[in-house]
Amino acid sequence: MNDMRIIQRTAGMNDTKIHAKDVNVYYAENHAIKNVSVDIEDKTVTAFIGPSGCGKSTFLRCLNRMNDTIPICRVTGDIHLDEEDIYAKEVDPVQLRAKVGMVFQKPNPFPKSIYDNVAYGPRIHGLARNKAELDEIVEKSLRRGAIWDEVKDRLDAPGTGLSGGQQQRLCIARAVATAPEVLLMDEPCSALDPIATAQVEELIDELRQNYSVVIVTHSMQQAARVSQKTAFFHLGDLVEYDETGKIFTNPEDSRTESYITGRIG
Amino acid sequence: MTDATQGMAAPARKGSLSQADARTIARNRAEKRFQYYGIAAITAGAVFLVLLLTAILSNGLPAFKRATLNIDFTLTQEQFDEAESAMLKTKIYTNYFIADLSSRLEERGIELAFDDKTIERLLGKVGGTIRSHYRENPQDIGEPIRFQLAASSRVDRYFKGSFDRDDIGEGNRFIMPGDLDFADALRDAGILTQSFDWNFITGVDSGVDNAGGAGIGASVLGSFMMMIVVLVLSLPIGVAASIYLEEFAPKNRFTDLIEVNISNLAAVPSIVFGILGLAVFIQFMGMPQSAPLVGGLVLTLMTLPTIIISTRASLKAVPPSIREAALGIGASKMQAVLHHVLPLAMPGILTGTIIGLAQALGETAPLLLIGMVGFVARYPETFLQGFEGPNSAMPAQIYNWASRSDAVFTEKAWGGIIILLVFLLSMNILAIILRRRFERRW
Repeated sequence: MNDMRIIQRTAGMNDTKIHAKDVNVYYAENHAIKNVSVDIEDKTVTAFIGPSGCGKSTFLRCLNRMNDTIPICRVTGDIHLDEEDIYAKEVDPVQLRAKVGMVFQKPNPFPKSIYDNVAYGPRIHGLARNKAELDEIVEKSLRRGAIWDEVKDRLDAPGTGLSGGQQQRLCIARAVATAPEVLLMDEPCSALDPIATAQVEELIDELRQNYSVVIVTHSMQQAARVSQKTAFFHLGDLVEYDETGKIFTNPEDSRTESYITGRIG
Repeated sequence: MTDATQGMAAPARKGSLSQADARTIARNRAEKRFQYYGIAAITAGAVFLVLLLTAILSNGLPAFKRATLNIDFTLTQEQFDEAESAMLKTKIYTNYFIADLSSRLEERGIELAFDDKTIERLLGKVGGTIRSHYRENPQDIGEPIRFQLAASSRVDRYFKGSFDRDDIGEGNRFIMPGDLDFADALRDAGILTQSFDWNFITGVDSGVDNAGGAGIGASVLGSFMMMIVVLVLSLPIGVAASIYLEEFAPKNRFTDLIEVNISNLAAVPSIVFGILGLAVFIQFMGMPQSAPLVGGLVLTLMTLPTIIISTRASLKAVPPSIREAALGIGASKMQAVLHHVLPLAMPGILTGTIIGLAQALGETAPLLLIGMVGFVARYPETFLQGFEGPNSAMPAQIYNWASRSDAVFTEKAWGGIIILLVFLLSMNILAIILRRRFERRW
């Protein structure tokens, strides 16, 4: 938090990619997200921070309808991706998830080869017409995932045999391979050591050039390091959403200040 | 931290580390005791297993050996015509055989008096066997043919040591002490020998007049046909049902009820499935009795719960992160299940299936009710006949033999158990191999 760069950093004036309005999420009787409205910008890293159980992961999972897989979960409100309501009846969540990729907390490569891990998405979405194109997509995605140099000689090796940090970057490459527009990351570094974390953070910063990245993190330092905009969640409420520099240096809400200075959380 | 440790210091332990205190000694003793219990339990289990195997092998292995009389016999066309025009045809053939055998014994310098009664007690109805061979193979007339004639069950058992001269009671019409002397002489002459009885494995069931010639082959085929039916039906149905219940079905009262019922079905006695099969498949739907097809259907009903339960367990064991990963990159639910979850669950599914099949293979009770315990003296003629024609199955055949009076059949029952166990063992080995293979792939 003593990092002075965050003060100088300003978010560019980008278009809104995701527009969420009055989103409420219920797990059976439990009201997990309360009236959250947020505009997520394109080509920006947006961080969701907050104490455990504040609903930041739940909200993230609303953005690609991963919550649909939980039977007791109910979502109300509007979430628009490029002016399109993603919860509209006609929208197939499968199609949505190809546009809004996701990286999970624990690296979860498929128990297949590195190549097949990355190629799976393009295959099921029919992004490649032949083997050469697929090879190209795989290579490009692995380069995007900043792991190409480490695995280019052993693409046939199982993805599960990589180290934790490599696995997570493989998962990012896998998510990138389906050519998404938004990348959701649910605490992507919480299972990684500091060196791997640094690599992934660097990667996130690069990904910003092409994608809108939304990252949930427990680490305020990480939010400060990688994001341009930060949203602070507390007990299901979106307390404050602003430029990262402002959140960390001059928060408006007293709860935000208490959290980032370590008094709550 | 430092404050806490200073304030709450536990009372210091006294005594040297090199000397175990009373509590440690007691704990170590308890651990040792527990290990001894385990070893005792395993030893008891091993002893029973050895007893069981010894009993099976000692009783069953003789069934694979059989005393046969090997003789080169030539029948001329004139002899054939003469016999066929006679009144008592088989008697003439028997006389030819006796004449041939006598001359062979004379060649070896053995002089023994024997008549057609002795031959019948020793070898059964030889004349009939020879006649039917030449009637079916007329091209063999005039050629030297090697006949392998099975010795009667008592002579067979006499050679195996389970029958003695003392066992022959007064007025026994089936064997006389002199017959055994004759059999000994034939054995010394190398005409009557003991050899491996392939007929037991490949042959069909036979009645008391040829007890030694009974084989388990047809029932093996019957069991095999049933297993095909069980595998073809229960694997796809079971796996599809489990995938639907585990991955797609909403969790509500109704699916809970189905789940409880499936678990209960696994514990239903097999005879209940048997009577269900009798009522539904045979009486209501009019399927043929004693058919492996019906047996397979009944066993499918019995195997389904086993397969469903084990498949669901192995689907549950696949980490949810794999499903999330697939869904997260835009795979549909079915793609996630078929491409990622199912392959990972495959070893468990295969193990469950093969265990279910092995269970079905050894099942007897339902087969009794649908009539698969009949006397099957013929192989089915066509492949289709193998499913719908009457047949028996291994365990039913064993049960059938065990309940017959001739001691040869008891021996055959034990032998049949060996064959059944060999099948079960090879299925289990197959399960292990498949599990290893699929596990290594991932």
